[in-house]
Amino acid sequence: MAVGEVMRMEIPAGGDLTVTTPELHVLAVDDSIVDRKVIERLLRISSCKVTTVESGTRALQYLGLDGGKGASNLKDLKVNLIVTDYSMPGLSGYDLLKKIKESSAFREVPVVIMSSENILPRIQECLKEGAEEFLLKPVKLADVKRIKQLIMRNEAEECKILSHSNKRKLQEDSDTSSSSHDDTSVKDSSCSKRMKSESENLFSLL
Amino acid sequence: MDTLIAQLQRQFRDYTISLYHQGFLDDQFTELKKLQDECSPDFVAEVVTLFFEDCEKLISNMARALDQAGNVDFKLVGSSVHQLKGSSSSVGAKRVKGLCITLKECCDSQNYEGCVRCLQQVDIEYKTLKAKLQDLFNLEQQIVQAGGRIPQVDI
Repeated sequence: MAVGEVMRMEIPAGGDLTVTTPELHVLAVDDSIVDRKVIERLLRISSCKVTTVESGTRALQYLGLDGGKGASNLKDLKVNLIVTDYSMPGLSGYDLLKKIKESSAFREVPVVIMSSENILPRIQECLKEGAEEFLLKPVKLADVKRIKQLIMRNEAEECKILSHSNKRKLQEDSDTSSSSHDDTSVKDSSCSKRMKSESENLFSLL
Repeated sequence: MDTLIAQLQRQFRDYTISLYHQGFLDDQFTELKKLQDECSPDFVAEVVTLFFEDCEKLISNMARALDQAGNVDFKLVGSSVHQLKGSSSSVGAKRVKGLCITLKECCDSQNYEGCVRCLQQVDIEYKTLKAKLQDLFNLEQQIVQAGGRIPQVDI
C-alpha cells in the first residue's frame, strides 16, 4: 500500500456487516394457542420478526429438517433464534433441540427452552444438549429482553470474527502471510462467555 | 366537581384493584397489560378470549372423560388440566390456576369424586372471571367513549 492510500475493505457478496441493528427472526414453538399469542407479542414488542408454529414436527417442516423435499427452497431462510416449549405432544422441546443441534444448517442457531415446571434435571439436560437458556413460564417481557440482548451480543461477536477474518484474508492476499491464531482466541473467548452465562443461569434457578 | 370521565376512571381503578386483591388476577395479568399499546390496543382482550375458549374446550374434554364412570382416562384428564394450568398461568388467572393445581392432585391420585367436584369449581371460576373481565373491558370502553384515557393502575 502506498503512503496516503486508503485501505478499502471489500464486503463479500452475501456478507452482512451492517452497522444498523438487524431485525432478529425468531421461530417460536408452542402447542398452547394462548402461549403462542403471548410469546409472539413479547417478541414483536421487542422488535423481532416472529414465526409461530404449534408443534415440534411443524418446526422441523418449517426448517426443512423433516427429510421432505422442501429443504432446497430454504437456503435463504434465516432464523436467529428458536424458542420452544418443553412439554408438547409428539416431539418434545428437548427432542426438537436435539434435532436442531444435529443439523448442519441450524446447529449454530441458539435455542431457548420454556417450561412451566422448574425441574432441575430437565434444565440440566437441556443446557447439556446445547440450549442457550431455560425460561420458566409464564414468560415475561424482561426475560425476552434479556434473551434478545444475549443473542445480539453473540451475533455482534460473530460479525467481529467475520470482519476480522476478512481483514486477515485481505492481508494474506496482499502479503501472503498466513496465521489463524487470533481468530481462534476470539472464538474461545466467546465460547467461554456462553458457558459462563449458562452456569450463571443454572445457579440463579437453584 | 367530579366529571363523568373522572368517575369512570375511579370506578375502573377500584374495580381493577379489587380483582387483584380478591385473587382473581395476579401479576402476569399486569405483564400482559404492558404488551398492549396503540399498535395492539386489544391485545389483552384477545388473549383472554383465547384463554376462555381454551377453558371451554379443555373442561368439556375432562367432563367427557370423567363421564366414563368406571373407565376414566385419568391420563387424559391429567394432560388437559396441565394445559389449562399453563394457559391460566400465562394470563394471570390466579384462582383458575390454583384450582387446576388441586384438580391435578386429584387426578394424580385417581380420586374420582375429587376430580368431579374440582372440575365443577374450575368451570364456575373461569365463568366468574370471564364476567368480571367483561365488566372491566366495558368500563374501559365507556371511558374511551367519554373521551377519557384509561388510567394506569399500580397494584
